Amino acid sequence: MSILDVKNLTTRFHTRNGVVTAVDDVSFSVDKGEILGIVGESGSGKSVSCYSLLGLIPMPPGNIESGVALFEGRDLLAMSESELRAVRGDDIAMIFQDPMTSLNPFLTIGEQLIEPLIYHRGIKRAAAKARAIELMEETGIVNAQGRFNAYPHEFSGGMRQRVMIAMALINEPKLLIADEPTTALDVTIQKQILELIADLQKRRDLAVIFISHDLGVVRHLADRVVVMKEGKVVEQNVTESIFENPQDQYTQDLLDAIPSGEKVNEDLRGDEILIEVSGLTTEFLDRNTGKPFKAVDDVSFNIQHNEILGLVGESGSGKSTIGRSILQLVEPSSGSVLFRGEELLGQSAKQLKPIRRRMQMIFQDPYASLNPRMTVYDTLAEPLLYHNVATRGTIDAHVLELMDDVGLARSAVKKYPHEFSGGQRQRIAIGRAIATKPEFIVADEPVSALDVTIQKQILELIMNLVAKHNLTMLFVSHDLSVVRSLCDRVLVLQYGKIVEIGETESLWSSSKEDYTQKLMAAVHTL
Amino acid sequence: MSEPQSIIIEAEKGTSLWADAWVRLKNNKLALFGLYVVSFLIVVAILTPWIAPYSYEAQNLDLGATPPSWAHWFGTDLFGRDLLTRVMYGGRISLAVGILATSVALVIGVAWGTVAGYVGGRTDAVMMRIVDALYALPFIIFIILLMVVFGKSILLLFLAIGAVEWLTMARIVRGQVLTIRNQEYVEAARSMGLSTPHILRKHVVPNSLGPIIVYATLTVPQVMLLEAFLSFLGLGIQPPMSSWGLLISYGAEVMEDTPWLLIFPGLALSITLFALNFLGDGLRDALDPKASKD
Repeated sequence: MSILDVKNLTTRFHTRNGVVTAVDDVSFSVDKGEILGIVGESGSGKSVSCYSLLGLIPMPPGNIESGVALFEGRDLLAMSESELRAVRGDDIAMIFQDPMTSLNPFLTIGEQLIEPLIYHRGIKRAAAKARAIELMEETGIVNAQGRFNAYPHEFSGGMRQRVMIAMALINEPKLLIADEPTTALDVTIQKQILELIADLQKRRDLAVIFISHDLGVVRHLADRVVVMKEGKVVEQNVTESIFENPQDQYTQDLLDAIPSGEKVNEDLRGDEILIEVSGLTTEFLDRNTGKPFKAVDDVSFNIQHNEILGLVGESGSGKSTIGRSILQLVEPSSGSVLFRGEELLGQSAKQLKPIRRRMQMIFQDPYASLNPRMTVYDTLAEPLLYHNVATRGTIDAHVLELMDDVGLARSAVKKYPHEFSGGQRQRIAIGRAIATKPEFIVADEPVSALDVTIQKQILELIMNLVAKHNLTMLFVSHDLSVVRSLCDRVLVLQYGKIVEIGETESLWSSSKEDYTQKLMAAVHTL
Repeated sequence: MSEPQSIIIEAEKGTSLWADAWVRLKNNKLALFGLYVVSFLIVVAILTPWIAPYSYEAQNLDLGATPPSWAHWFGTDLFGRDLLTRVMYGGRISLAVGILATSVALVIGVAWGTVAGYVGGRTDAVMMRIVDALYALPFIIFIILLMVVFGKSILLLFLAIGAVEWLTMARIVRGQVLTIRNQEYVEAARSMGLSTPHILRKHVVPNSLGPIIVYATLTVPQVMLLEAFLSFLGLGIQPPMSSWGLLISYGAEVMEDTPWLLIFPGLALSITLFALNFLGDGLRDALDPKASKD
């Protein structure tokens, strides 16, 4: 029996630039005790369709044009704001993506948990507290009694997400909507949270709508799956059929875009050593304690010519800091970085200038790594002119060649970054990185912010460029399947220290280290 | 995709943030209106000695205060001086103070704030403590000191006001730069080996322009009123010369009997501020490529 039945839902946004149909004639239903996965890329309308049901989209510019959403026989879309408010957080609860911003930093966890009980249900404070602690224990928060009065900043990301789940469950909802609840978390934590959701769902016989872009996770968790694209449902079926026997081409494309686990590119490694890192230590000041802590702790490794070295680890493991330390973007405290035998540490900016040309970086977030006030032309021309690779006379040809190289239309050259999609922006950023024909590139999570199908294209582009320009690359990533498909060797990092370093395939098949195995086990492959 | 190369290049030549901004500004009717009004006022101010209908100092005590008429469009003041002439001359002073003092504040404030915010650490601490110390100094005393040391002159008045107003500008710019400094595109620029002055000029300052422009347009009226206050204390403009601020403050004293003495200088100031605000808003939008295209 379905608890929520959505029929022909259409939501449009009336913006300055015209009408956008975010949700286009979408129908789906959720049964009692069922987990429904909604998957799709960014902009597919998967979140907006659920937010529409709860009246959580900004209106205007948003407007629900048509549709019926029967929740236990009552139409959510026909309800007044006050009726809806009674349903929201009571019968239907939500968990959001970012546990860092969804909790009020000025209130204790306990206070935030019991608030709905006291104000909406009129439960006495003591009883509410007992109830909250019980729930905190149920959601796996250790020492719930003691942590009741702790503030959000005293919790880690994973713990905060547990608090969010406890908050969502406190009024015993019948339907839980989880919007990318594990996307902001590390893989090992992600695994724990998913297990928790699955466990709670079974125990409480909850209906769950699980919105995610991660097909591996959805396959693992959901009973049925809805695939969305550009506001439309392209396919819905039981999980098994979606993954084994997809009917729609788009579903097939999504599945194809996921790294299979096999290494896809050639091993181009030369014998020479390009970069030699030894005893590298980088310290930062801890803002809370005022004491220095070692983000990178006595790390030594080599990178061979034309090698792609993967650098994996969870957040806070120091993987990005290593990349930046090699490029001298942060100043290491001690150690040595040799680039073709030349020491980089302790060099002045002037001495580094000719070397900078030969070492570049690709950043994670293509929305932040491009100057919003420079056209693509200016962005690409800047390093060329600055390093005298091109002159005013030859610059145009150089820039256009770069555009071809990274697969961007030449005619787009005078546009500004915001006029491009995320994938195209990353192409611009890659173009900038290869402009001066560097030998070494640090790629810091270059595809993490992108949708899977785009991710695949960008990875292919990077591979082509690596082969074409004889690049050596340090590939920093938290995504082990991407690393496996790409890298010749992999370095596993934890708490700023090297756990192990080895050939990619031998690491996967026969790692002796517990931590490496734990990381690999946490990946939900298809 | 296969556009002939030459066409693209041609369109590309001279395309910079500023050239683009000009194109966008030209499409913004309100901003353009603001620009025309401000330009008109400046031209009138420059030409005043030649086009003013009367003398700003010649008194006509027999005439006294008369309401607007064909002979005196804005009426006359208590000494029988033509108000239109006085508003025109006052505009010379007020606009000059507004523009020059704001420019001084802009240049010092932006440079100071940018360096403090970008370099950070101890340099930032020292530079901002200097700003704090200057803040604590009562500005009247500061300006009186300047006057005593360098003697009274209008140019010094401009500099003195600018020297006070840059403090807030420096703080605003520093705050802005602190966030921009940590943006990845700045890190990308550093990884390309660009020099710090180049990064500041190309990446940091253009991205902090929004608040700077808004604050600059807010500074202009502030500066004009400050000038009136200083003149009132005898530190600025001396009668019979006048400025909008002074005309307004005299007008306010006699507004029950001769309201036009308040209304016309007040209108002149308001129109200028409106026009500047339209222009400032337009500039801010024009300099932000993200603000809707066309």
